[in-house]
Amino acid sequence: MSLVREDFREIIRLVAPGSRVLDVGCGEGELLEMLTREKQIDGQGLEISSAGVSACLARGLAVVQGDGDRDLDQFPSDAFDYAILSKTLQQMRDPRHVLSELLRIADQAVVSVPNFGHWRVRWALLARGRMPETKALPDPWWATANIHLCTLHDFIALCDDLDVRIEACAALSEGQPARPINPKHPVENWRAETALFLLSRKTSIRV
Amino acid sequence: MTKSVPAFPEVETKGGIWRFPADQPLRLDSGAEFAPLEMAYQTYGVLNESRSNAILVCHALTGDQHMASTHPVTGKPGWWNRVVGPGLPLDPDRYFIICANVLGGCMGSSGPASINPQTGEVYGLSFPMITIGDMARAQAMLIGALGIDTLFAVVGASMGGMQVLQWAADFPERIFSAVCIGAAPRHSAQNIAFHEVGRQAIMADPDWRGGAYVQAGVRPEKGLAVARMAAHITYLSETALQRKFGRELQSDGLSWGFNADFQVESYLRHQGASFVDRFDANSYLYITRALDYFDLASEHEGVLAKAFQLARDVRFCVLSFSSDWLYATSESRDIVRALNAAGCRASFAEIQTDKGHDAIFLEEPALDSALRGFMASAAERRGLK
Repeated sequence: MSLVREDFREIIRLVAPGSRVLDVGCGEGELLEMLTREKQIDGQGLEISSAGVSACLARGLAVVQGDGDRDLDQFPSDAFDYAILSKTLQQMRDPRHVLSELLRIADQAVVSVPNFGHWRVRWALLARGRMPETKALPDPWWATANIHLCTLHDFIALCDDLDVRIEACAALSEGQPARPINPKHPVENWRAETALFLLSRKTSIRV
Repeated sequence: MTKSVPAFPEVETKGGIWRFPADQPLRLDSGAEFAPLEMAYQTYGVLNESRSNAILVCHALTGDQHMASTHPVTGKPGWWNRVVGPGLPLDPDRYFIICANVLGGCMGSSGPASINPQTGEVYGLSFPMITIGDMARAQAMLIGALGIDTLFAVVGASMGGMQVLQWAADFPERIFSAVCIGAAPRHSAQNIAFHEVGRQAIMADPDWRGGAYVQAGVRPEKGLAVARMAAHITYLSETALQRKFGRELQSDGLSWGFNADFQVESYLRHQGASFVDRFDANSYLYITRALDYFDLASEHEGVLAKAFQLARDVRFCVLSFSSDWLYATSESRDIVRALNAAGCRASFAEIQTDKGHDAIFLEEPALDSALRGFMASAAERRGLK
């Protein structure tokens, strides 16, 4: 739980006051509510579960029931200042498309992913020959929702490929405050359990 | 509030018929003008001093203004008394809630069953063809006459939801928020097809008399009942029908004839028979036609988002029912997509239920909580106590 809160705290720090924010996979709207309270944002959620949508409505948040894999295309280009996708990119059917959609809809994207290059992950494979079960990847292989895992360096390569600029990056670990890192540094690909990126488009898509 | 009273107590209501003078005609989409316009309505709750707490509820095809009070003809409780009442999502202790009989209806507003003052006779088929847009325009005239500039909310389900969309397109500056439940932005071929079956049933009844049945002192009850039976099937999901009736028989064994052997037959016959007591056959023709003509995008160069381009300050809530096949979730998604494309602030939820389109009127806690949450937060934004 404390990892979630560190995640949220770092996102809240990054988001500029009064901005328009889309939270993809907003759950019960905790983050949107905190952003509304602390940063006076104009928020919109996208959530797949009925329970999450009901909870968001009860909190007075604007929320659309839908699937991040399928329903991002309903939002017009440049509709938001930030699009947030917290720890679910690796669960998407087409992460590459989702990432480019986030940066079509919003000027900047805040995306966090578990790092499959973390030393505990490597150790599990190397020493035990088993799929890793770590704090960031807690479920056994047959129960995990993560279908597109990547290392920090894999994610950076995808950003390069999509012409996406990494504005900032922080490593997240359970129970510890977010730690700003240079994600390209080889040590961080061993050390960061989860990384949170602030991304922007290198080239404007505005006409 | 006392807590020992039954679930849905009778809500205090006022109402009447607003008679617009002949020099204030209703402009119709067909190009014609209609006068004198009469609008029958009920209100629940009290309008506050700043006149900012008014909600207009738009009723469905066969509904009327008696939404939370006893129906004067059938003696039955209001059709939405599980939503409108003290402590309920639409609370008359907080809001001034108005429900008007639609233009073309038969519960007091101008319709084919009204008397044409020029001839002293019932309009019948001389009543002009009307649209959902005309219904919303007539409501807007009534709201203005009641001294309300801006509605806090316009709320509607089914055909009422279509009127809500029409309000957002035509009078966006006069609404603060909008709730559209179980509706669609257009009538589909299947929707039109079912309505055509109903209309043909009415017109095939010899007692319809070319629409002039009132003058002949008869009523096309059989045709209207069949129309209602066919339509009623579209309001229920297959699951709900199966659960409610299955193949259960009315009595032991088959009759080996054409009596209502099956409980589902008996149920539909009852639905048809009780409907004719409270509804006018020509009204049914006119209103179903208005629904068939409804295609909000067509009024906006075929682009639905353009219908909402002036409604960016309106807070929208769109709700659908997972088992509704009359106005399916995909239709509501089209509405939400257009709202997003227009830059409107929209919420959307699909209520999980197996009750079909009829879920609008049935016990559905997820609907109540979604509606309650949306209304409460909108009220807060509006500064309502």
